[in-house]
Amino acid sequence: MDIGWYLTVSALIFTIGAAGVLTRRSPLVVLLCLELMLNAANLALIAFARMHGNAEGQIFAIIVLVVAACEVTVGLGVIVAMRRRRLPIDVDELRELQG
Amino acid sequence: MAEVLFFLAAIGAVAGAIGVVALRNPFFSVLALVSHLVSLAALFLLLQAEFVAAAQVVVYAGAVMVLYVFVVAYVGGADEPLGPQAGRGLRIVAAAFGAMLFVELVVALLGTGLKAVDSNGPVVQAGFGSAQQIGELLLTKFLLPFEIASFLLLIAAVGAVVLARRRGGLTAEEDQARYSAMDMLRPAYTGTMAEGVGRRAIRPSPPALQVGTDDPAAEQEDRAEQEDRAEQEDRAEQEDRAEQEDRAEQEDRAE
Repeated sequence: MDIGWYLTVSALIFTIGAAGVLTRRSPLVVLLCLELMLNAANLALIAFARMHGNAEGQIFAIIVLVVAACEVTVGLGVIVAMRRRRLPIDVDELRELQG
Repeated sequence: MAEVLFFLAAIGAVAGAIGVVALRNPFFSVLALVSHLVSLAALFLLLQAEFVAAAQVVVYAGAVMVLYVFVVAYVGGADEPLGPQAGRGLRIVAAAFGAMLFVELVVALLGTGLKAVDSNGPVVQAGFGSAQQIGELLLTKFLLPFEIASFLLLIAAVGAVVLARRRGGLTAEEDQARYSAMDMLRPAYTGTMAEGVGRRAIRPSPPALQVGTDDPAAEQEDRAEQEDRAEQEDRAEQEDRAEQEDRAEQEDRAE
């Protein structure tokens, strides 16, 4: 398969993730959509690594994997803290940081 | 053969992604993401990234998703109405933005000057993307990013514990004034039997620091009671002491 096909799939997944971040209101699902976007970037990185026949792009993908895991950990911690303080689990109602 | 596999995996990945965005219940969203990740791992395999595919399945579809499922179960993944509250206009704008982004990305990708995009990529040697090659790269050329990533993981773990622990973390403003640095490091009863059985601290402490019932009003009452009792005891002690002194004085005088 051409590398272009992989890149197209990656773009499609990234777009779906971005649309999800914009439309959903539960922070859990927003985090999931962020995962989608990171995974799309991963797919593009690995496709480019294959295109150049150079495994260094795969290292990039692994680092992105690590960063995504960290982001999930902290994000879920924030959600649990929100639940503990009985805040609404809804990104539209949490606007204290809007200034 | 590769084409069939590619289209199967790609359809699976895109369907999983749509499932994540479109399903109402967060729990099913998580399951859709798991299927998406497995399909994506198949795509990685087609691109000869064996190690990344394995890491994807083990780390993501295994560990991270289990964490997600736990949090969804804890928060109570109630069905979220998908639409109208935020306004229909916003959703249409978001969809239009998404479509625009997709068109833009595809134009950028396929209209690129990179000729190799239209090829399968060069022929690679047998060990491409194997654990051996990745390990070698990580421990030689990319040693610094590797170490930084390990520190990042450590910091994230500590941050998650601080954020989500039972007491402390995010507290009300008036409580934060009462914190000392030692309280943040180690509350007085950490690791004691009292904590193990869920009893409250003997020393009165800020409400967010207390283990125990979920009802803040009840907790406040309890604390008030404790303080009252302590005051009464103090008073009783003072009276006792005064009496003893009086008696001693009388004895002195008698002598």
